[in-house]
Amino acid sequence: MPRTPRPTIVLVGHGMVGQRFLEELANREVTGRARVVVLCEEPRPAYDRVQLTSYFSGRTPEELSLVDEGFMERHGIELRLGDPAVAIDREARTVTSRAGLEIGYDTLVLATGSYPFVPPVPGSDSTGCFVYRTVEDLLAVEEYAGRSRVGTVVGGGLLGLEAAGALSGLGLETHIVEFNPRLMALQVDEGGGAALRRTVEGMGLTVHTGVGGKEITAGPDGAVTGMTLSDGSAIATDLVVFSAGVRPRDELARGCGLQVGERGGIVVDERCRTADAAVYAVGECARTADGMVYGLVAPGYEMARVAAGAIAGEMDATGDAGDAGASFTGADTSTKLKLLGVDVASFGDALGRTEGCLDVVYSDSRAGVYRKLVVASDGTLLGGVLVGDAEAYGTLRPLTGSVPPVAPEQLVLPAGAGAPAALGPSALPDDAVVCSCHNVTKGAVRAAVTDHACSTVPEVKKCTKAGTGCGSCVKVLTKLVDDELEASGVTVDKGLCGCFAHTRGELYEIVRTRRLSTFAELLDGHGREEARGGEGCEVCKPAVASIIASLAPALGASGYVLDGEQAALQDTNDHHLANLQRNGSYSVVPRIPGGEITPEKLIVIGEVARDFGLYTKITGGQRIDLFGARVDQLPAIWARLVEAGFESGHAYGKALRTVKSCVGQTWCRYGVQDSVRMAIDLELRYRGLRAPHKLKGAVSGCQRECAEARGKDFGVIATASGWNLYVGGNGGATPRHADLLAKDLSDAELVRLIDRFLMFYIRTADRLERTAAWLERIEGGLDHVRDVVVHDSLGLCAELEALMAGHVANYRDEWAATLEDPERLRRFVSFVNAPDAPDPSVRFVAEREQVRPDLALLSGPDIPVRRLEALEGSATR
Amino acid sequence: MTTATTAATAPATTEATTGTATAVTAGARVEVRAESGWAAVCGLSDLVPGRGVAALLPDGRQIAVFRDRAGRTYAVANRDPFTGACVLSRGLLGSAGGRAFVASPLLKQRFDLVTGRCLDDDAVSVPVYAVRTR
Repeated sequence: MPRTPRPTIVLVGHGMVGQRFLEELANREVTGRARVVVLCEEPRPAYDRVQLTSYFSGRTPEELSLVDEGFMERHGIELRLGDPAVAIDREARTVTSRAGLEIGYDTLVLATGSYPFVPPVPGSDSTGCFVYRTVEDLLAVEEYAGRSRVGTVVGGGLLGLEAAGALSGLGLETHIVEFNPRLMALQVDEGGGAALRRTVEGMGLTVHTGVGGKEITAGPDGAVTGMTLSDGSAIATDLVVFSAGVRPRDELARGCGLQVGERGGIVVDERCRTADAAVYAVGECARTADGMVYGLVAPGYEMARVAAGAIAGEMDATGDAGDAGASFTGADTSTKLKLLGVDVASFGDALGRTEGCLDVVYSDSRAGVYRKLVVASDGTLLGGVLVGDAEAYGTLRPLTGSVPPVAPEQLVLPAGAGAPAALGPSALPDDAVVCSCHNVTKGAVRAAVTDHACSTVPEVKKCTKAGTGCGSCVKVLTKLVDDELEASGVTVDKGLCGCFAHTRGELYEIVRTRRLSTFAELLDGHGREEARGGEGCEVCKPAVASIIASLAPALGASGYVLDGEQAALQDTNDHHLANLQRNGSYSVVPRIPGGEITPEKLIVIGEVARDFGLYTKITGGQRIDLFGARVDQLPAIWARLVEAGFESGHAYGKALRTVKSCVGQTWCRYGVQDSVRMAIDLELRYRGLRAPHKLKGAVSGCQRECAEARGKDFGVIATASGWNLYVGGNGGATPRHADLLAKDLSDAELVRLIDRFLMFYIRTADRLERTAAWLERIEGGLDHVRDVVVHDSLGLCAELEALMAGHVANYRDEWAATLEDPERLRRFVSFVNAPDAPDPSVRFVAEREQVRPDLALLSGPDIPVRRLEALEGSATR
Repeated sequence: MTTATTAATAPATTEATTGTATAVTAGARVEVRAESGWAAVCGLSDLVPGRGVAALLPDGRQIAVFRDRAGRTYAVANRDPFTGACVLSRGLLGSAGGRAFVASPLLKQRFDLVTGRCLDDDAVSVPVYAVRTR
């Protein structure tokens, strides 16, 4: 009970569960009525420890943060970073921090989490031995791995496999040492463990099971040189990561006489309260009423909710104290993860410990797939293990405890093997928990659509929080939202436009596989019934033109965008090879690869601009835009530019724009690679490549990143040993930092990966979908793209590379080709029947010593042209 | 906003168009009815199916002339009423429900090529002109 009108709540530990506890307090309006102080040992606020390993694929510690900007300030919470609690005096109700601060509390909440268990192996304190729990641990491992060749992970459980994946990703020859006879012994059975092992070994990792570390040997400098195993064998290793489980951090509780469990953990009741009514414990440091210590985040979140509800109830807060009586009596330990790219899921009684239970097993060791369901004799689903393909997890887990509507064997068989239409999320009951991280039921998801008018998955995520934890339920969520929208009469039409029921990606496949090279064939053969034989529309015509242009070499079609039927499909920008501006004039952008240009060429641009009265501006892509050209001036302007050695910059196309660069090693004292040369090479390689949307690239010569490469569709950053490739960046209205796709690439490896990445994007993206949105949308996200373009999981890479090679070989400057051909030049007139008459509505006025459009003219009445005598003669051309 | 005022409101019937445009000789000319009578604007071969051209009428007005896949021709004023720029001839031809339209290349509003009515804003339309090929 509060002693004071404004009681003090002290939270010890600011990890995932601690932060959730604070949010639960804020939701119940407790933060406004109590002083809340948080003591945090780590130097940074709570971050997503579950996704820790994603640091190695390019996520920054900031991106992993779980704390919304301004959260602490908004709720008046005092967060003390890097200042852990060191002692508790329950008598005086005070906590002392390492910095010496003594804080009186009315309520104390311990959320101290756990620490990694390091087995008592001699030599485990040598230089090069690490644990794997915090951002700081990862930074240390990464740094040390830079000078190591072989890494060994002690522990083949969840975290161990993650750590092994990280070491392998850092380029180390990687060993896993597991004391149990199989990997992930806690979650999967023998069959699942075997499937997992084969797949892990297939990735080049070495697995040692049934053995422990006996001794770690070190050189005279104290650095690790190897590890001896309990069977007498040895591994020559430079680096060791201990990931052999965690232990609850209960030392503060022990120190103040609170009861702890036999195997550790602060003993709490169903409301997460210790025997001292003023002290609670939540998360991995707590031994809950069912005698368990949970090492998963979902039970921790549930404990945070229960404790916050109890505290709010005591304070008689006016907020939602309806759950003041909630209790924590045990939790679902189901998990689904992707370890080393392998789907692994286990749920319910995965190991078949229920008396009298039965197994239904499907195993395909060739494909690395293993599925086992545990059922009771009456058919009730008790649990299961899925390895290699955990697609069914989203449906099976919520069905646990009930008799599924179809026979169990049909739930484990692969699609098409005599199984009826897969049991989808539609079959789930309303009370089935779809998102176990946030405890969201199917009913709540449906209500978000029907009662809260959510019509997209992101809206439903925002409304219910479902899918915002581990993300494993997003697929099920998508299906449920679609189902619900359909049921409420909203048709979810994913078609490109009124003419095609296909998405752009599907049309690409049709064009590619049927080798169609005209829009008419595609529309008449594959368009919506009512659109066949018609004209198409302004949406599908340019989209199909782009697909045909991207595939032109493979289709044997002309890549030149103005020829034949292609001419009628292009937006005016592509049609006139220039950018239409608001008064009907065009702008002209010559290509300046990598932003490098000679003084002579700069002078030519200046002279052309001066002679044609063009407005000039430097673009964001390190080139020069010339505005205010009438359509009939374009050929003359380009004749001058082409003669001086310029070519089209494709500023008008959904195509590669620029590859920006910093000045790099040649001049810059920090540079480690020649970024300008690489940018020029890449820009020349991909110039003219048609894509679903514009494409931008950049190359930075060092980690200072002056070229802003992570804001581009493909960004390259130099390292001492090569290039790091980032993909999916974007500026604009929804900025996105590009994600690391691969590290330390040679020139050839870099080009090969970009070739594959761009072609895979072109193949699968929607119309006007930049790589950033595409990466966010496609199933499996960055991991999937990496599997496809780095590991060739779909066997597509050779084809993608061949397509790009075709593009490179077939590239021709569109403007040079246009100038050579009188037929192609005919469209560059203001009037078909008065080719010499300029358009009088395109006029300019002076501003800051240059021109700008005369907009007053546009809002006035039509201006008749005073030059009519030429009409008759020119009409018969 | 400009609305249809002075121009012919009759549908742009293509008097010489029979739906078998291929029957028209290669040297056929496209004529548009201006206030002063029929005016030749270009050869049929100057029109790429699916695209338009800009032309001048004898009174100095700018028009946009189009030809569709079936060979039908259409003419509307060239001025985009939303921006004031003379650019409709550079828009893409499309069809919806069997009716041809042009989408402005600037902000993509669509105009029915027979009635001139804007399909995205009932209050706006462009003048339409009768066309024939002979």
